[in-house]
Amino acid sequence: MSKQQEKSDFFDKPENISKILKVFYGVCILLVAADFIVHRHIYHSWENIPAFYAVYGFIGCVMLVIVAKAMRKVLMKEEDYYDK
Amino acid sequence: MISSLPMLPPFLPLLIGSIAALVLRGHLRSAIMLLAPIWGALQLAGLEPGIYWAMDFMGYQLEPVRVDKLSMMFGYLFHLAAFIAVVYALHVKDTLQHVAGLSYAASALGAVFAGDLLTLFVFWEILALTSVFLIWARRTDRAYGAGMRYIIMKVLSGVLLLAGAIIFIKYTGSARFTEIGLEHDGALSLGAWLIFLAFGIKCAFPFLHNWLTDAYPEATPTGTIFLASFTTKVAVYALARGFPGTELLVWIGVTMACFPIFYAVIENDLRRVLAYSLINQVGFMVVGIGIGTSLALNGAVAHAFNDVIFKGLLMMTMGAVLHMTGRINGSELGGLYKSMPKTTILCIIGAASISAFPLFSGFVSKSMIMSAAVAQGYDVVWLLLLFAAAGVFHHAGIKIPYFAFFAHDAGIRTTEPPKNMLLAMAIAAGLCIAIGTFPAQTVYALLPWEATYQPYDITHVLTQLQLLFFSALAFVWLNMKNLYPPELPSTNLDADWLYRKLAPSFIVPIYCAIVDAKDKVAKLVHQMLSKAINRSYDREKDQPKGYFAQLWPTETMVAWVAVLLTGILLLYYI
Repeated sequence: MSKQQEKSDFFDKPENISKILKVFYGVCILLVAADFIVHRHIYHSWENIPAFYAVYGFIGCVMLVIVAKAMRKVLMKEEDYYDK
Repeated sequence: MISSLPMLPPFLPLLIGSIAALVLRGHLRSAIMLLAPIWGALQLAGLEPGIYWAMDFMGYQLEPVRVDKLSMMFGYLFHLAAFIAVVYALHVKDTLQHVAGLSYAASALGAVFAGDLLTLFVFWEILALTSVFLIWARRTDRAYGAGMRYIIMKVLSGVLLLAGAIIFIKYTGSARFTEIGLEHDGALSLGAWLIFLAFGIKCAFPFLHNWLTDAYPEATPTGTIFLASFTTKVAVYALARGFPGTELLVWIGVTMACFPIFYAVIENDLRRVLAYSLINQVGFMVVGIGIGTSLALNGAVAHAFNDVIFKGLLMMTMGAVLHMTGRINGSELGGLYKSMPKTTILCIIGAASISAFPLFSGFVSKSMIMSAAVAQGYDVVWLLLLFAAAGVFHHAGIKIPYFAFFAHDAGIRTTEPPKNMLLAMAIAAGLCIAIGTFPAQTVYALLPWEATYQPYDITHVLTQLQLLFFSALAFVWLNMKNLYPPELPSTNLDADWLYRKLAPSFIVPIYCAIVDAKDKVAKLVHQMLSKAINRSYDREKDQPKGYFAQLWPTETMVAWVAVLLTGILLLYYI
């Protein structure tokens, strides 16, 4: 494979990435909008909160990453820690 | 045609396959290894529910093969998993791996069809002994150490099972393996707990889980596919059979579903990320078993079925990356989609399945467990499982494909893996989509308990998509803000630190102290002995110093005879 071909790869171009992200944001907005249009079954009272799943998913994942990063301070050792 | 063949125990076709792998070579070996799981599955289809080859052993009835809906479901699953793993490993020349892989699969089948505790124990041990060679076959120092730790834990599990089984058999008078439960009195309670713990080790309960995250990523690229398919699923089967509805399992399961995702986020070895995510998925199953309703139990075994396929697929794609590039750390990979586009797509299918996207297999089974948790009023459990479901998408759904195939281009240029590897991955990917799209015709048709469930309604699909897209949004946002933890070459401490660092750090000094003390005592005794010898032996004259030593032997003899005669004389008068 020549260098020229490699440069033309789809994901190497920032404008393609930003296009994908725009579509992605659009889908996210549509999914939240659908929450107000579609009648969901409610199995649990918390599900009455608008866009409960979206908010919970977002906050959950941000918390997950922040806590995991904090865990690194205590748990992370060099790669050959057990080999010594 | 099937009915004209003699009926065989379900584990035998694969065992014969493994013996063939031992003695044959070349295309003939490949053909027989591929035929063994197909033959086994066809032969299974011909088995009617019931107990076969029952026999008496020391006054107890043994039931080596018991066929019912639960064992059948795992039976089909294991044949399917063995077939995929064999296809994936066809290019391997190493006889050890082929023999170990097939006999390991055979022993998993033996375990799920075992109708009594003693047969279960026998296969439980063979499961451990055969699988460890898939780790050692990597032939590195790390793999050797990890394999040793693995086998020690497995043998411990086996010993606990045997002890528990003996107690249970003695006090109940029956060797049958049916529902055990934890609510017993006296010795029976001890037996039940020992069995529970034995299952728990194989199921990777918290603090007993490190054999998995330690050893699986050290196995060979093809061996890990076998490993990820059988051991934990046999344990899930055993828990579903022995401890359904045990509430403790709900809480153990929720812990298993939640804590590994934190480790998965910061782990660098991508196969170890998948090992943590394996524990997380098994956590969902354990919750389902703990809830114990028909829907929850169906969900647990359906999820076990799907997990073998999608986790196998993800492990296979990472195995392909390791096979082709020799690297597996996220910090050294990236940009592989350019040279491995097919593997990339297959990996994304596996990622979508484990993340439970609608139309992919994880969706139809995970939602059963979630629904059962809500229905039984386990609010906190449900919330935590929801968090775990979002977290799975985050680490297995996004992190694995992103850091291996996209992210920054690490400059690695390779090719697609061998055709057999691609084929195995394609079969698994096809199954993920088929099961996710047509659950009623596939996995639901095998479910052992009576319960109706419809995964596809607008509520489920919408809420699941919201959860997943906003988890992805969190990933995008964190990445843009540079908050996402970079992949770093590192070791993360886990519970295995207790026995790999802490225990050695005080047991080794104690051992050294004992050895030193022993040496000192030995030296002291030696000194005292030589002192005593020196006191009674004259080196200059080269003769002993004692009175008798200076006499002739005949003189000594006369003296002793005199003593004896005096003694006899005295005794005569007494």
